[in-house]
Amino acid sequence: MAKVIVVTSGKGGVGKTTSTAALGAALAQRGEKTVVVDFDVGLRNLDLVMGAERRVVYDLINVVQGDAKLSQALIRDKRLETLHLLPASQTRDKDNLTAEGVEKVIDDLRKSFDWIICDSPAGIERGATLAMRHADVAVVVTNPEVSSVRDSDRIIGLLDAKTKKAENGERMEKHLLLTRYDPMRAERGDMLKVDDVLEILSIPLLGIIPESTDVLRASNLGTPVTLSDVSCAPALAYRDAARRLAGEQVAMTVPGERRGFINKLFGRRAA
Amino acid sequence: MTKTISKQLTDTRPIRLKGRSFLALVLSPELPFSNWLERLDDLAARSTGFFLGRPIVLDVEGLEITQADLKELLGELGERGVRVMGIEGARGSLIGPNMPPLMKGGRPAGDIEPEPAPGPAAAATPATSSAPEQAAKAEPRVEVHSQRAVSSIVITEPVRSGQSIIFPEGDVTILGSVASGAEVVAGGSIHVYGALRGRALAGSVGNASARIFCRKLEAELLAIDGLYKMPDDMDPKHRGQAVTVWLEGDAIKAERLA
Repeated sequence: MAKVIVVTSGKGGVGKTTSTAALGAALAQRGEKTVVVDFDVGLRNLDLVMGAERRVVYDLINVVQGDAKLSQALIRDKRLETLHLLPASQTRDKDNLTAEGVEKVIDDLRKSFDWIICDSPAGIERGATLAMRHADVAVVVTNPEVSSVRDSDRIIGLLDAKTKKAENGERMEKHLLLTRYDPMRAERGDMLKVDDVLEILSIPLLGIIPESTDVLRASNLGTPVTLSDVSCAPALAYRDAARRLAGEQVAMTVPGERRGFINKLFGRRAA
Repeated sequence: MTKTISKQLTDTRPIRLKGRSFLALVLSPELPFSNWLERLDDLAARSTGFFLGRPIVLDVEGLEITQADLKELLGELGERGVRVMGIEGARGSLIGPNMPPLMKGGRPAGDIEPEPAPGPAAAATPATSSAPEQAAKAEPRVEVHSQRAVSSIVITEPVRSGQSIIFPEGDVTILGSVASGAEVVAGGSIHVYGALRGRALAGSVGNASARIFCRKLEAELLAIDGLYKMPDDMDPKHRGQAVTVWLEGDAIKAERLA
C-alpha cells in the first residue's frame, strides 16, 4: 500500500528539503520504491540536494497542466534505482498548482510507488496546504528553538483542519522530526530540550537529527546525507527515523546524552 | 414574519416585531480622545483582529463632547476597523444623522447568563393588539432555553497556535495545552488541564465572577471581564505553576492551586 508523507514545518530553513531527501534515500535503500516530490514552486531546491538539477526536463506543473506525462517528468536517481524525483518548476507561477491537478498526480504516483514524500514549501499558504492535502502521514520538522516550535504548532493545527483526512473525520498521523539538535547548547539552555519540544507539541517523536557539518557538506555535494556518508551521526539518525516511519520499533537515542551527563557532573563540581 | 400592505386594512393582523438580545462589547472612551485612542491602538496591536467583526457599542455617558467630537471619534474608530453599532449614554442632540442609533436599556451581560432569564433588551410592542406582546414575551424564553442547554464545552485536543476557541455562552474546558499564539475566549470560566501558553479571556461578556484555572501558567495574556494582565505584570512566583486566577474589584488576583 502506497503511503503519502508530507514533510512540513511552517518555518523556513529548518531542514525540510534535507530531511525529505535523506528520508527518501533511506526508504529507497530498504528496496522500497520511493519518489520525492518538490512542492516548492518557484524556489525549488530538492533537485539540488538530490544532485539532479541538470537532469530536469519536465516538472510537477507540466504534469499538472497536462503538458507532460508523469513518466517523462520523473527522474530516476543514478545511485539508487528505487529512488525517484518529481521536481518543482522554478519559472512558473505557483498559482498553476491546482487542487484537482495535484490530486491526480498523487493518485497516479500511488499506483507505482511505495512511498511518496512531498517536500512542502515554508509558510502556511496555498503551496503548503496543497502539499499536505493528500498526505496519509505528516513529518513535522522542527528546530529546538521557540519560533520554529510555535510555527510547527500552527502547522499541526492546519494538518488537523485542512487536509483531506481531517475533512473525512479521520486522524492525520503526525510525527516530530527534531533537526539541528545540538546537545551542548541544549544542556547550556541556549536551545530547547527534547522534552520541552515534545511537551509543547505533544506529537510522537520520529527522530532527533544532530547538528552536523556532514549535513551541509552532503547538501552541497548534491547527495542525500543518508547516501553520502552512511556512518555519520545524522545519516544514522535519519535511517532510524525512516525505519520508524516504516513501522519498525527502534530505540530512540538522544544525541550526546552521555556527554551531557558527564558535563552535568563536571558542571556541578566547577560550581 | 407576515407583511401586509393594504390601505383598507382588510387584514387586521398586526405586524410582528420580535425582540432579540445580542451580546456586544461596550467601549467607554475617555477624554482626551487622542490619548485614549493611543491606548486602544496598543491593545489592538497586542491582540490583532480583536475588534474585527465584533459588534461594538460606544458608551459616552458623562463625556462633555460635541456632535463634531463624536463624529471625529467615530471616524477614528472606523479607520481602526472598529464598527460601532450603537451609542449609549448620549443626549439625543449629540447624535447626528449618519451616526449609529442611540441605545438605551442596556444591561451588564452577566444578567444574560443562564439562570434567571430576563426579557430582551428592547421589546417593541405596537399598541394595537395585545397578541404581539405575548409573542415578544414568549420569544426570549426559547432563546434562554437553548443557552441553558449548552452552557459549557469541552475541547479534547490541544489548542494550537493560530487557533481560537470562542464560546460566549459559558465555560470552556480544555483537556490539553493552549499553545503560544492561541486564544481562548469564554463567557464564563476557562479550565485548562495542561499548560496555558496562549491567551485566555474569561468572562468576556461581562462576567466578573469568571475564573481561569490552569495546570501550568505561562500565559501571554490573561483577562477577566475585560481587565487584562500581561506576563510582565504577573507575579513571577506563579509562573509555571498550577494556578487559579480571579477578579477582585479591579485587580486580577492569582493563587497557586494545592
